Amino acid sequence: MSGGGITPSDRFEKAVKLTLADGQMRANLRHATTTIRRKRQRAQDEVPDWQELRDRAARMKDDAHARLPELLIQLEERVQDAGGRVHWARDAAEAREIVAAIAAGYGLNRVVKVKSMTTDEIELNDFLASRGIAAVETDLAELICQLAGDRPSHILVPAIHRNRREIQELFRRTLGADLPTDNPAELAEAARLHLRRTFLAAEMAVSGANFAVAETGTVAVVESEGNGRMCLTLPRVLATVMGVEKVFPLWSDVELMLRLLPRSSTAERMNPYTSFWTGVRPGDGPQEFHLILLDNGRSRVLADPSTRETLRCIRCSACLNVCPVYERAGGHAYGSVYPGPIGAILTPQLLGMEHGEANSLPGASSLCGACLEVCPVKIDIPRILVELRAKAGVKPAESAGLKAAAWAMASPRRFEAAIRWARRGRGLAPLLPGPLSGWLQGRDLPEMPARSFREEWRRSR
Amino acid sequence: MEAESVNPSRDAILARLREALEGSSPRPRQDEPGAWPTPDPVAEFAEKAAEYRARVWRGCQADAPARLAEVIGAGRAAVAPGLDTHLIPPGAEVRSRIRPVEAETYAAAVTGCRLAIAETGTIVLDHGPDQGTRSLTLLPDHHICLVRTDQIVAGVAEAVAALKGAGLQTWISGPSATSDIELIRVEGVHGPRRLDILILEPDA
Repeated sequence: MSGGGITPSDRFEKAVKLTLADGQMRANLRHATTTIRRKRQRAQDEVPDWQELRDRAARMKDDAHARLPELLIQLEERVQDAGGRVHWARDAAEAREIVAAIAAGYGLNRVVKVKSMTTDEIELNDFLASRGIAAVETDLAELICQLAGDRPSHILVPAIHRNRREIQELFRRTLGADLPTDNPAELAEAARLHLRRTFLAAEMAVSGANFAVAETGTVAVVESEGNGRMCLTLPRVLATVMGVEKVFPLWSDVELMLRLLPRSSTAERMNPYTSFWTGVRPGDGPQEFHLILLDNGRSRVLADPSTRETLRCIRCSACLNVCPVYERAGGHAYGSVYPGPIGAILTPQLLGMEHGEANSLPGASSLCGACLEVCPVKIDIPRILVELRAKAGVKPAESAGLKAAAWAMASPRRFEAAIRWARRGRGLAPLLPGPLSGWLQGRDLPEMPARSFREEWRRSR
Repeated sequence: MEAESVNPSRDAILARLREALEGSSPRPRQDEPGAWPTPDPVAEFAEKAAEYRARVWRGCQADAPARLAEVIGAGRAAVAPGLDTHLIPPGAEVRSRIRPVEAETYAAAVTGCRLAIAETGTIVLDHGPDQGTRSLTLLPDHHICLVRTDQIVAGVAEAVAALKGAGLQTWISGPSATSDIELIRVEGVHGPRRLDILILEPDA
């Protein structure tokens, strides 16, 4: 199933060995991220106040998080006033139970789903299946993952690791679709035909939310295909799972999101469809609306003022598309539905830095800084990566190495001697014993020049 | 203000958040909406909507019925009840909703809009009487939207300000699309695959 979750089963340096061996996936990723990078830059350059927008959005999110308890209570009141119900879930298990209970309350054995990272985070689909409720993914990429049994590997485009030929083959096999070519338009048409009857018969939908406004109680879903509109309009029951950090203080803050998110994610001026709803509208759309507010580690992230800005994330995935590590490692290496630079800081903080697998993720970066440059809410990912590395604890071998380097570099004579030894010893490095060999598992040792600068200087003078 | 709660999860989450925020205080925020500079919002809207493969026509109110009939063609059309009666072409049916069982009955839906945005080429529905309920513009494969030039605003910020208080909104930018296969944009998935926008100039 395409469930996902956020708990890596291996440390990054181990998991990445598997994904790096998949040449097809690396080629697919390189192709897709190269395309989107160029387009995103154009979309950004068109907006004269782009840098101001980023600053304003960062301030807005920080303000929302500083007042989170009061804003959530205000949101709850507004949603209830408009005829909706609000539930609170401390963790993934509680959220899953709430959704299952709503479906069971209507005796339903099937729900349609709008693409939602949050429901992937809580592994909702597998849980519903265990309760005899089928969750049908309706976003094209989520459908591809569900049919292929893949984990999502990208925030925006969960099936980015698959190319058109693989999808053609998958749809032939699982949908029985007659697909003479691998033209993306034909593949999308096959998905349309497959899902149309499902939409028309759907009685309950489960969605995430891009944001909700405390001032008005309005919830929003930003999408492209229209599967979101189908799910938010046709069924009589709607359950929306939203992380508590997604609340905005004011209706006017919507401007920031709708100007920053589409250009940062799909590199469009605006995504094809955005749906806003407030509780229940008699005679239009679901007549039962449940909003499930999810903590699941977010309060833990909020607790550290130096890294709390991680919660500003709007899940645009711009940082994934510019990250040299993500482009080569692929999303699956991160072991979480939140991959890439944002995943490397979000996943371990959600789980707690003592998590033995997740705390390897801040190491998955060369600290090049490209992620900060494109982040529409200015999360200082490189700085937070370094802070989290420190929290994960410096390993003894690394610490001993740094101490030795400090001793050698304190004297010119010792330094030159060390360089000579390093040159001679380089070839033997892979044979390093015990803990020292760990350093080289994820790193190449640089080539040493034949002579050091000082030696060259003395020679040629 | 907080009502008596019998919800332990709610209490626990709020307590955790308050504890997490202990010692930090919110900074007052002053925010000015961003302006979108454009010399000609109508022309910019028309251009940007067309770039997303909406078919855009611009003309005067008097020519609109003929153009509308042409755009609808031979298919069966549902028209939102609140539209000006002189705009409703002969043979079209006035409907405010389309039920799932009627999904394939209507080829096209004709509606007005609440406003349109030059910055992004977007039309916004707030599902008032001239736009029908959400199903009207979702199930038929063809959406025809009438936009008066005085409904076109320059930027997203102005649109958001004007839409405050509208509980139900659908923002539409071109026909439905996906970028899920190799991040290549493909038009036409679950929403209407054709979008016609008729921009109506005031009669001279």
